[in-house]
Amino acid sequence: MRISVTVDGVRYDDEVEPRLLLVHYLREQAGRTGTPIGCDTSNCGACTVLLNGRSVKSCSVLAVQADGAEVTTIQGLANGPGELHPLQQAFHEEHALQCGYCTPGMIMAAADLLSENPSPTEEEVRDGLEGNLCRCTGYQNIVRAVLRAANGTAATEVTA
Amino acid sequence: MTTTDLPSAEVGKARARKEDARLITGQTNWTDNITLPGMVHVSFLRSPHAHARIASVDLSAARSAPGVFAAYSGADFAAEQGSLPCAWPVTPDIVIPEHPSMAVDTVRYGGEIVACVVARDRYAAADALELIDVTYEPLEPVLDMEAAIADGAVRLHAAGNKSFTWPFGNGDIDAAFRDAPVVVTRTYRQQRLIPSAMEPRAVVCAPLGDEYTMWTSTQIPHVLRVMLALVTGIPEHKLRVIAPDVGGGFGSKLQVTAEEVLALLLARKLGRPVKWTETRSEGNVAVHHGRDQIQRVRIAADADGRIRGLDVDLLADMGAYLMLVTPGVPLLGAFMFNAIYKMDAYRFSCTGVFTSKTPTDAYRGAGRPEATYAIEHLMDDLAAELGMDPLELRERNWIKHEEFPYTTIAGLTYDSGNYEAATSAAKELFHYDQLRSEQAERNAAGSSVRLGIGISTFTEMCGLAPSRVLGSLAYAAGGWEHASIRMLPTGKVEVVTGSSAHGQGHETAWSQIVADQLGVPFEDVRVLHGDTAIAHKGMDTYGSRSLVVGGTAIVNACDKVRQKARVIAAAMLEVSPDDLEWSEGRWAVRGDPDQGKSIGEIAFAAFAAHALPDGVEPSLDSDATYDPDNFSFPHGTHLCAAEVDTETGQVRIRSYVAVDDVGVVVNPLIVEGQVHGGIAQGVAQALYEEAAYDSSGNLVTASLADYLIPSAADLPSFTTARTTTPSTLNPLGVKGVGEAGTIASTPAVVNAIIDALRPFGVSDVPMPCTPERVWRAIQEAQAEGAGR
Repeated sequence: MRISVTVDGVRYDDEVEPRLLLVHYLREQAGRTGTPIGCDTSNCGACTVLLNGRSVKSCSVLAVQADGAEVTTIQGLANGPGELHPLQQAFHEEHALQCGYCTPGMIMAAADLLSENPSPTEEEVRDGLEGNLCRCTGYQNIVRAVLRAANGTAATEVTA
Repeated sequence: MTTTDLPSAEVGKARARKEDARLITGQTNWTDNITLPGMVHVSFLRSPHAHARIASVDLSAARSAPGVFAAYSGADFAAEQGSLPCAWPVTPDIVIPEHPSMAVDTVRYGGEIVACVVARDRYAAADALELIDVTYEPLEPVLDMEAAIADGAVRLHAAGNKSFTWPFGNGDIDAAFRDAPVVVTRTYRQQRLIPSAMEPRAVVCAPLGDEYTMWTSTQIPHVLRVMLALVTGIPEHKLRVIAPDVGGGFGSKLQVTAEEVLALLLARKLGRPVKWTETRSEGNVAVHHGRDQIQRVRIAADADGRIRGLDVDLLADMGAYLMLVTPGVPLLGAFMFNAIYKMDAYRFSCTGVFTSKTPTDAYRGAGRPEATYAIEHLMDDLAAELGMDPLELRERNWIKHEEFPYTTIAGLTYDSGNYEAATSAAKELFHYDQLRSEQAERNAAGSSVRLGIGISTFTEMCGLAPSRVLGSLAYAAGGWEHASIRMLPTGKVEVVTGSSAHGQGHETAWSQIVADQLGVPFEDVRVLHGDTAIAHKGMDTYGSRSLVVGGTAIVNACDKVRQKARVIAAAMLEVSPDDLEWSEGRWAVRGDPDQGKSIGEIAFAAFAAHALPDGVEPSLDSDATYDPDNFSFPHGTHLCAAEVDTETGQVRIRSYVAVDDVGVVVNPLIVEGQVHGGIAQGVAQALYEEAAYDSSGNLVTASLADYLIPSAADLPSFTTARTTTPSTLNPLGVKGVGEAGTIASTPAVVNAIIDALRPFGVSDVPMPCTPERVWRAIQEAQAEGAGR
């Protein structure tokens, strides 16, 4: 099937198998390997991207479902090369990552969370990130980072 | 050593990490990101049976499927695949069964590889796997350790189901228990866990003539290279192993795997780059598991609580085969059951048992969490028996800070520690006395939600390991680490380390160490690791060893650079080397500090080599290999307050305080992160995780939908603090931190739950302490109490 999808601001017109998962499309056809795969049951959230501004686990979306959509991955979140999104900056400063494998999904899920709720409480952050697993950090610094980004960007809308 | 006297500008600083730049922007180099021209994908067919004979494997339909290059069964590789290695034959009579990468005639656990398909992409390979027709003759599985070693049990291997018995001890154990006023005897169960690093494994192996490069998601590129050579017969110098960005390990990637061996053999057979990427559900059955012990323990004490003796008898589940260090894991615990306590006698015995389950091997802490859980649980049980406060009992028995260095009953010499200081700090942060009062009030009021206080005053042996000790324990390799310093002409520094980070932040911490040692800016240091062609020597990363052993190698390599630089600087300044002193990155004339040369200036002089003294090589580079004399012994006091709803069995961690003493801290941000993550994994064992099998030997927690890794919503925030007792064993004074949290937290949480429920007569809740198990423990204890 033919799809037309905008990934991190670039339009791709591609022929895909109907069963191709969006995450495999992003990684293997669009070359956006910044989004990793952590499981096969949509539990871990490592592959979270924004689809038309809302977070989705790209392992549970077919590439054909993204036809006509805008996809934002971790590689397209910042305003440009050499720049960091406030969440990326906060993850760095709060040491919210160790191995870093869950980080792209965690940041994309947090971006969606903050767009819904720009000033969350700690509990709201914990509940909001329930669908994203991290094995290294115990989440404490991830929660801190999201709260820090929320405070720093309270006036600025987190854009997809 | 002079290096300890240097002003420490960088060590101790909470530097945000260098590695983050690529990890937060998606510019990562995970193995699964690698694509090479002509690359093909392999998928593995795995046994659905726990134990079966393979009667036939029909590959014909798979071979003719679209996009398929080849399909093989174990028989096709029987002549070349060798046996997966076990590097730790713990006793002379140990049974180490043959372990083919691809099963040839028998499968012994669900998930064992029986066939493979190589295709143009992973979808085509997965489709073709469905077309393979394997005929199995199912055999009875061996699922229970005690039944496995009973007479008449089904034999998993020709030699039976017992691998080894390893006895150990010191002192007269019979005398210790004879006429002891108090003896507490317990059996604890360490459930089986799945390490679950977030990055599933992946391998890419590319042939170039008769040489091979393997990228793999491993903790141990150096060990793997040696082992691949030994297993396949491909000469070591024709193998290059690269661990690119690796997404966590926790011991699960301290392994030489069937998939790595087969990727290499397939690359050789097909003459093409071969790639394999694991699915999570595949990994849950195929990546080695951890823990899984039955711990029969008894402790003898005087009426005042002084410990007389400790007797430990373990059954350790090896799973179906022995992997790289499988039999050694419970033995690491042998030295830790006695923990921080003094006693007259200690006896330990461990029997390794084969079952038809996924093999076990190192998982964060490897033997030490199991030991710490048992002794800390047992101390609480002994305190209850004696009617003593459990902290008071510990204090009565632990090694006092003025008694270091102290040789324990297990024969290890702890160099330093201060259990009083850590405990006192933890009690204060925790508000121990207030919580005890609240607990008493709730108990008196008969509240349905009880409060429990869990204590874990732990130590661990880290910095694996003195090579001589490893040799005496029959481990095949050493425990040293290597480092090189490359001084670049512009004064920048490349550090080559044999440690192989996969989340630990070595690029940052090693830069901090080198910045201090050579007096260069943190930003001017680059750390290279994880590629056997670049970091040519190494023992890799596990066992909280990288900073203690690898960091010391770096310090020693820097010292060599400084000593070389001194000679060159003396020539540049036309003075004697003896007239120079080192300060803040410069060799300067003693008494005339304006006359000096910075390490950068000296590096350029060495590069230009125009005026080097006779006999001095034009290089400031250095190598150092460090073999520690002893382990290091981080310790700490963790306190957990848990609320237990006695009507629903629900457990809520109300507060958690961790005071850790890991010696000198290089980067407090990284240390705190390690402690957080470690605690989370230990809490996960206490409350959530278990690799569970059904009566047919099927793993019923084979996906992340069934194996419950806690999310942010399931965990509290932890209060962390530190005391600092520098290690006396290395120039940095460091002790290691990678495993501390995991070792400490499991008993802290379980002790809290039991402490809440002792008024109901509960003395144990099997892990994970799910609401159902907690509720049942209360019901059973009450029924038993009523029946008395």
